[in-house]
Amino acid sequence: MAGYLARRLVAVVGVLWAMSILIFGIVHLLPGNVAYMILGEYALPAAVQALEAKLGLNDPLPVQYWRWFSGLLTGDLGQSLVMERPIAPLIVEAMGRSAVLAAISLALVAVAGIALGIHSATHRGTLVDRVLTLAQYFFIAVPEFFWCIVVILVFAAWLGWLPATGYTPLADGGVLRWAAHLILPVLTLVSGLIAHVSRLTRSSMIETLESNYILAARAKGVPERLVLRRHALPNALLPTITVLAVDVGILMGGIVVVESIFAYPGLGRLLIFAIENHDVPLLLAGMMVVTTVYALANLVADLLYAAVNPRIRYGRSVA
Amino acid sequence: MTVAAERAARPPLPSTLIMGAVVVALIVAAAIIGPWLSSYDPTVFAVRERLRPPSAAHWFGTDEFGRDVLARVLEGARYSLGIGLGATTISLVLGVPLGLLAAFRRDWMGEAIMRGVDLLISIPPILLGMLILAVTEPSLWKTVVAVGIVYVPIMTRIARSVALGLLAEDFVQAARARGEGAFYILAREILPNAWPPIIVETALRITFAILLGSALSFLGLGLQPPASEWGLLIAESRPFIEQAPWIGLAPGICLCILLVSVNLVGEGLRELLDPRLRGRGHG
Repeated sequence: MAGYLARRLVAVVGVLWAMSILIFGIVHLLPGNVAYMILGEYALPAAVQALEAKLGLNDPLPVQYWRWFSGLLTGDLGQSLVMERPIAPLIVEAMGRSAVLAAISLALVAVAGIALGIHSATHRGTLVDRVLTLAQYFFIAVPEFFWCIVVILVFAAWLGWLPATGYTPLADGGVLRWAAHLILPVLTLVSGLIAHVSRLTRSSMIETLESNYILAARAKGVPERLVLRRHALPNALLPTITVLAVDVGILMGGIVVVESIFAYPGLGRLLIFAIENHDVPLLLAGMMVVTTVYALANLVADLLYAAVNPRIRYGRSVA
Repeated sequence: MTVAAERAARPPLPSTLIMGAVVVALIVAAAIIGPWLSSYDPTVFAVRERLRPPSAAHWFGTDEFGRDVLARVLEGARYSLGIGLGATTISLVLGVPLGLLAAFRRDWMGEAIMRGVDLLISIPPILLGMLILAVTEPSLWKTVVAVGIVYVPIMTRIARSVALGLLAEDFVQAARARGEGAFYILAREILPNAWPPIIVETALRITFAILLGSALSFLGLGLQPPASEWGLLIAESRPFIEQAPWIGLAPGICLCILLVSVNLVGEGLRELLDPRLRGRGHG
């Protein structure tokens, strides 16, 4: 297990390093002069030159990359062009708020998705199963940005139960007002993902329940509850772990959309802000942080998978 | 067996495929003949007609400039379908050859392709699209290309895994023994046998491409006003959500119907084509 862990860690570091080149390359190599993007197309040549000098845009690309990358290594994410403040504290603050959204959503998705999936699988063909299957189709297809509009319309405009947009810090408004601003974004984020996870859990559970070792367990008289919990569940949930890791990626994309609609001041909104204002250093840093979080989430999923699945735990270390 | 008997023995088309295909066909037809269906110009302002609720004259109501929402939604169908098909074609044209090559050349070249794929897959799709579109002026073709690039790695992976299975087959070994070149084997032996899973994936990928394209437009990174792409229409409806919800609901519901029906086609194709794959012993 230790060897496996070490190999995976090295791989993650390699991916992140390659990622820094990719992100830097896409932003700097795509057509479009960065200085003109920032200043607008009617900028005076002198102003463009001044900005290029300030950003070091006249240096060769590898030099620019190295300046940026060595800063990253020491935790210096650079200076925001628009806000003229160091980026690291901005990102840390925004990421904390996004993490709250992500953690609540992911917990809900894992619990509700797995529970609904198991219920469907053990009640296959019943009315509940059919309704759930139909609902899954629907919720997987509806885009987040349209869900936002619908839930704002229903819960904020018509019913008036919840605030439509915004954010109240926990210290300012107390738990209730803080939580009230979280409900609609979380509701939007989880609807599609719960459908996704429950659908895959259902099919994986059904496949497991039809296997011979479940038949054997039932034949030797193990109570159904134990058959489900001891024999079926651990195996059926293996693919779910992988799916949850994939869903972290979908969740991160969803958070960008949801934060921008609900005016929730997290990392996604910061990224959109960086793009809208052509704040290149902020964009680079934000993208790097997001991909790092995603890589770590995948690492955790791989390790969880290895911890649960003996074939990986032992198989790889022998090979 | 006679032809008729063979036809009778063939499994019926999955109902999901038929349902999905009918709805997709209706939407495609509406997109093509849209301008003749509506007597309104989707871009002409009519200030005295602004924010009218749905009525006999304006089935989907009018927006904040008095434009007919139905006319705009019909025009928008072209963008959504265009982005979906265009981007999927790009990912197919780039991804499948790369995947086949990676399967065939299992040396440094295959390794390099697959590491590149791993790298692109480690950025969540919307964020990769945002990154590609962030520093350039937005336009239709850039949106299509960006969405297409986002899905190249997935196509590459699928094509590679299918091709790896086929490379072990006897007919490929026979071609190799005959001394056929790599291009011949990939194009004439592997590709014709690899298409069922690739078709299924393509159909499902169109859903994601439409979704990603409209999400990027919604975020302001894709098409720009006065285009009537559905994601953009939904974004523009936000200030009027209480006053005139039909402006956002009409394109949103159309988008959902399109996504569900394209998805049904994909699932139906999977049902139709998968048994043959299993029969061959490779997944």
